[in-house]
Amino acid sequence: MATMLRTRPRHRRLVVRNTVAGWTFILPNFIGFAALTLIPVVVLFYMAFTNWNVFGVADWVGTANFRRMWNDASFWTALRNTLYYTVFHIPLTMAAALGLALLLNRKLRGVAFFRTVAFFPYITSIVAIAVVWNQLFSPEYGPVNAFLRGLGADNPPGWTTSADWSMPAVIIVGTWRYMGYYMLLFLAGLQTIPAQLYEAAQIDGATPWQRFVNVTLPGLRHTTFFVTVMLTIESFKVFDLILVMTDGGPGQSTLVLSQYIYQKGFEENQFGYASAISIVLFAICFGITVIQFMVNKRRNS
Amino acid sequence: MTTTDLYRPTPAITLPGQRPPRRHAASRARRIAGYVTLALAAAALLLPFYWMVVASLKTNNDVFTIPIKWVPDPLVWRNYLDIWQRSDMTTWLGNTLLLSVVVTTLQVLTGSFAAYGFARVRFPGRNLLFLAYIGTIAVPWQSYMIPQFILMSKLHLSNTLWSIIAIQAFGAFGVFLMKQFYETIPEELSESARVDGLTEFGIYRRIMLPLSRPALASLALITFVTTWNDYVGPLIYLRSPELRTIQLGLNTFISQYNAEYALIMTGSVLSVLPVAVIFLLGQRYFVEGIATTGLKG
Repeated sequence: MATMLRTRPRHRRLVVRNTVAGWTFILPNFIGFAALTLIPVVVLFYMAFTNWNVFGVADWVGTANFRRMWNDASFWTALRNTLYYTVFHIPLTMAAALGLALLLNRKLRGVAFFRTVAFFPYITSIVAIAVVWNQLFSPEYGPVNAFLRGLGADNPPGWTTSADWSMPAVIIVGTWRYMGYYMLLFLAGLQTIPAQLYEAAQIDGATPWQRFVNVTLPGLRHTTFFVTVMLTIESFKVFDLILVMTDGGPGQSTLVLSQYIYQKGFEENQFGYASAISIVLFAICFGITVIQFMVNKRRNS
Repeated sequence: MTTTDLYRPTPAITLPGQRPPRRHAASRARRIAGYVTLALAAAALLLPFYWMVVASLKTNNDVFTIPIKWVPDPLVWRNYLDIWQRSDMTTWLGNTLLLSVVVTTLQVLTGSFAAYGFARVRFPGRNLLFLAYIGTIAVPWQSYMIPQFILMSKLHLSNTLWSIIAIQAFGAFGVFLMKQFYETIPEELSESARVDGLTEFGIYRRIMLPLSRPALASLALITFVTTWNDYVGPLIYLRSPELRTIQLGLNTFISQYNAEYALIMTGSVLSVLPVAVIFLLGQRYFVEGIATTGLKG
C-alpha cells in the first residue's frame, strides 16, 4: 500500500514528462500535417454543402450540390471512366508485378540489372512519360502500330486519337509505370518465405504450380493485401497521367473523377460543387480501404 | 536494414545430387524460358527510354519515318544547345532544384523527429494520433486539394514557391518510413542510454540518428525525386512563368512547340537525367525504402 502511494505521483510525473517529450518530437511535423491535410479534409465537408465560388462568397445550400451531381452526365462519365481504369489497371499491374517478382526471385544472371530497369518508369516524371508514349502511340508513324502492322493488323488502333482506344492506351502506360514498384513489394514479400517450405513441398512431390498455390500465395498474403489496398487507391485517384497524356479526351473518353474535380474547381472556380465531387472520391477510397481491412481481419482470424 | 535484404542470394531450392537427369533438362528449359521472358520484359520497359534518347539526337524530320530509324543518322547534338535558347530551362531547373532541396531537408528533419516520438516515447493518445497519420494514406490528395488551395490563398501563399514547400514537406510518408525503421532498433539501447542520463532528445541525436543513416538516405532520395517529378502541385499553385518548375515548364514547352518532336524529346531527356543519375547512385536506398514501407503495412 505504502509503495503504491509513493509510486503513483512518480508515475504521473513520468506520464507528464513523456507527453511533453512526445509532443515536442511530433509537433514540428504535426503543425504542417494538421494545417495542410487534417484541416483541409474537415473544411472539405463544409464546403461541399455551400456554393463557394471564386469571390469566396459561401452560402449554405444543403444537398443542392449532390442533387446537381446526380443529374450531371459528365460526373457519371467521369465515374464510369475511373471504374474502367481501375478494373483493368489493378489486375494487370498485379499480375505483371507478381510475375516479374517470381522471375527475379530465381537464381538468374542479370537480375540486379533488371530490377533497376523495372523500377525506372516509376521514378521518371509523368510529363516525360506521357510525351514519349504519345509519340510511341502515334497512329501513322509510331513504333507501336508499326509493330502491330508487322504482325498483320491492317487497321491498327488510333490509340490516344480515338475515343475507343484512348483509355486502353492510358491503362497500358499506367501498368508499365507502376508494375516495377509493386514488383519490389512482392519481391520483398517473397524473400520472407522460408526456403524450407519449398524444400518440403518438393520432397512431397509438389509440382511447381502446386508449390505456387500452396506455398507462395499463402506466404505472400500480407504483401498481396497491402498491394491491393495501395493499387486500389492509386487507381481511383489517377490524375496526372491522364491530365498530361490525353487531357481527358478525345471528347470525354478518358475524363476521370480527379480531373473532373480539377476542371470544376480550378478551371471554372465552382469550389462548392468541386468539393461535393471530392467527397465522392474521398468516400470511395476510404470506404474501399476500410472494407479491405475488415475482410483481411476476418480472414486472419 | 533488418527488415529485408534484397541482395541476399536466394537459397537453392533443389537438393543437389538427387535430381534425375530428365529433370535437369526440364530445369534448363525453364531457365532459358526465364531468360527469354526477362529479356522481352526489359526491352518493353526500356523501349520508351530508348526512343526518348534516340529521338532527341535526330533532326525533327527523322523522328517519324517509315520505316522507323532506330539509330539516328546523322547524329544531331545541336538539339542540346538549342533547347537552352528556346526555353527557360535554366530557370525551371533552378526552381526545381531549390524546391527539391528545401522540401527534402524539411521532410527528413521533421519526419524523423516525429517518428521518434511515435516509435519510442509512450504517452496517452499516441496511437490515436498515429492512426490519423496512417489514415491519410487512404485519403487521396486530389480529394482535398480544393480546400487546401483555398487555405493557401487565404494565407497569401499561392503563387509562391512556399506553397509547394508546404504541401510536400510534411507528408505522412516520412513519418511512417522512419517509424518502421526505428522499431527495428533494440529498445534496450535507448533504455541503457536513459539510465546513463541521456534525455530523449539526446537519445534521438546521439543514438537513433547515426544508426538510421540508411533509412534517412532512403527518405531523402525518395522525397527528392517525388518533389522533382511533381506536376500537379506546381500546376495548381505556380501561375507566374518565372516560378515554373521543370515539369511545368516542359509541359508548356510541349504545347508551345508541339511539332518540334526532336526538341521535345531533348527537353524530356534533360528533365529525367538528374533523377536517373540520383537513382542509379542511390538505388539500394530506394529499393530498401520501398520494401520497408511495404512489408509491414
